[in-house]
Amino acid sequence: MKKGQQMFDLTGKCALITGASGGIGAEIARALHGQGATVGLSGTREEPLKSLASDLGERAHILPCNLSDADAVNALPKQAIEAMGSVDILVNNAGITRDNLFMRMSEEEWADVINVNLTSAFRLSKGVLRGMMKARWGRIVNISSIVGATGNPGQGNYAASKAGMVGMGKSLAYEVASRNITVNTVAPGFIATPMTDKLTDDQKSKINDQIPAGRMGTPGEIAAAVTYLSSQEAAYVTGATIHVNGGMAML
Amino acid sequence: MSDIEDRVRKKVVEHLGVEEDKVTENASFIDDLGADSLDTVELVMAFEEEFGIEIPDDAAESIQTFGDAVTFIKANS
Repeated sequence: MKKGQQMFDLTGKCALITGASGGIGAEIARALHGQGATVGLSGTREEPLKSLASDLGERAHILPCNLSDADAVNALPKQAIEAMGSVDILVNNAGITRDNLFMRMSEEEWADVINVNLTSAFRLSKGVLRGMMKARWGRIVNISSIVGATGNPGQGNYAASKAGMVGMGKSLAYEVASRNITVNTVAPGFIATPMTDKLTDDQKSKINDQIPAGRMGTPGEIAAAVTYLSSQEAAYVTGATIHVNGGMAML
Repeated sequence: MSDIEDRVRKKVVEHLGVEEDKVTENASFIDDLGADSLDTVELVMAFEEEFGIEIPDDAAESIQTFGDAVTFIKANS
């Protein structure tokens, strides 16, 4: 690398980010955009996508998509290519929860979570691979969760979907490594978002007690890991999981 | 030799880096021409673009030899 050259430069790359209407997804989009990438912002809620896009200015495209709708998911890669020219980086960030005790969990709660969190990642990965294979370059980053590795009571469906992303990603990583396409996972621990803001101070301090770093993570700390894995510099990293959890689980 | 055969052969030579005379009717991409399974996926992609057709996954799986590819493309383009 030449002196003065910026690391993790993504100029000229196009990234599709799902769940960009949420706290972590929006921050991932900002980070990739900040490194020079063109970003395709996907999500179910159009309003937050619009305000994020206008915030980012140039090189930002809105691609609303309901990830529980198979046809809509299968159409998304094509829409993204039409809007941006290509998809060089795919970030499967979108996820939902339908928490319930295992013994009470309905088939529907199970299926909804697997469908949105895992199956949509499968469909989107499949959809962007063609262009990546031709380009002989690609980055797929799956946003999993600490609970995919540790489990969590009440989240049998969510934990299964998040662990599933790891196994799926590793299998795909094997298949496409020779084409300079990497597939990696980022597993966040507790991250401060509007959702955790609603917790009481007491609840927060109980959570923080379980985290060696003594605090929750920030969306920017997740986005930094995604930026690294999306970069040229991470070309030799594939099938890996980066745990960003303040030491809560050292895996 | 038909035009389609020529174009298919050219794509195979280009993608697999094999000698043109090795690409015979019964030559299997994997067993005879040194392709791995991912190469065959890429070959099908190349055929789709060359001939402006769509080759569905189940049809793609049945295209194992140069002859299979020519037959499929002749029937569908």
